Amino acid sequence: MALYASILDLIGNTPLVDVSQLSPNPSVRILAKLESQNPGGSVKDRVALAMVLEAEKDGTLVPGTGQVIVESSSGNTGIGLAMIAKVRGYTLKVVLPENVSEERKQLLSIWGAEIIPSPGSEGSNGAMRRAQDLAAEHDEWWFPFQYGNQANVKAHLEGTGPEIWRDCPEVTHLVAGLGTSGTLVGVGTFLKQQNPDVQVWAIEPPAGEMVDGLKNFDEGFVPPIFDDNDGSDLLDRKMIVRPRESLEWTRRLIDVGVFAGISSGAVLAGAHRCATEVDDAVIVVVLPDGGWKYLSTGAWTDDLDEVVERAKRTMYF
Amino acid sequence: MPVEVRLPTVLRQHAGGLASVKANGETLEDVFGDLVRQFPGLAGQVVTEDGALHKFVNVYRNDDDVRYLDKLATQVSDGDVISILPAVAGG
Repeated sequence: MALYASILDLIGNTPLVDVSQLSPNPSVRILAKLESQNPGGSVKDRVALAMVLEAEKDGTLVPGTGQVIVESSSGNTGIGLAMIAKVRGYTLKVVLPENVSEERKQLLSIWGAEIIPSPGSEGSNGAMRRAQDLAAEHDEWWFPFQYGNQANVKAHLEGTGPEIWRDCPEVTHLVAGLGTSGTLVGVGTFLKQQNPDVQVWAIEPPAGEMVDGLKNFDEGFVPPIFDDNDGSDLLDRKMIVRPRESLEWTRRLIDVGVFAGISSGAVLAGAHRCATEVDDAVIVVVLPDGGWKYLSTGAWTDDLDEVVERAKRTMYF
Repeated sequence: MPVEVRLPTVLRQHAGGLASVKANGETLEDVFGDLVRQFPGLAGQVVTEDGALHKFVNVYRNDDDVRYLDKLATQVSDGDVISILPAVAGG
């Protein structure tokens, strides 16, 4: 079908592309799910849409009323929500850490969202606390709270997961990034329901090193959707991929023609490690977004050492 | 066996301001025991009184989260790097 009633109908059903040329092990295939193909440019379109539709279903949101939605995001969830808010007639305010790429800020503005900046040194945790405070001060605002909203998981449990299974029932490993944990928990749960032998690997940036806003560990944060869905029982491995490796793999993706964001490079680096440890496997990786939003970081064009230093100060997950 | 333990900013005050310290042990439990002997202020910060990893702490052996290896029973080898980081979200 090529005729759609709304841009929102284009969310989901993203393609799975064979990038096995990047596998270090000839018996291991790597297939990449390109979430950049969503209309807002990232996997978060799915989450944003699921949360809004759920709120419309229970009457919290009424389309066309200009109701205020406030959310914290490192960018992509905000961008998805901004696009949806524009189409469905809501007003969006996004609490955004200052140290995200310029393109993320611009995209939010283009779709009419108001940006409420939060200190970069406090990372996502700081932005989330600010959004929570704002929501508490304004009863009439709706706060989707992606870290605790089950619709985040549902979007992947009912969308991303079944799509992967439909396109590749031979999957043996899922490798994806850990941010809110929605992708891993939703897709991982679905795939293990189909085949309990599927292994789920989580990749994360060393973000804790960057965030110095934390005074003690009790200010750390585990997303409620991770705990509520027994995330720690679901994951088989969880590993850090550092900015240098993430950027190297973001560049290597170009060799197979895939122009993806920096967190996609991190996920590919994780898949590469996985492929060196296993045999006769089919690894599916979820690449969260495309490269467009990171052009200003010089990720592909500048000296790698310089870009690594820049990436250490930028939120890209 | 000596390993390097990298401390997050929030813990350095308990370890004389150091970002990285050496500790000995066969398992992570040994390593953290040795760490507390050297820096008593770290007691209860990473491992709780019940002997479990603090909920908001992630500990990595060479970038692999030990919760998905053998937790505190995870074996360490000479030259391993153990990183302690606060749990932080993305999205």
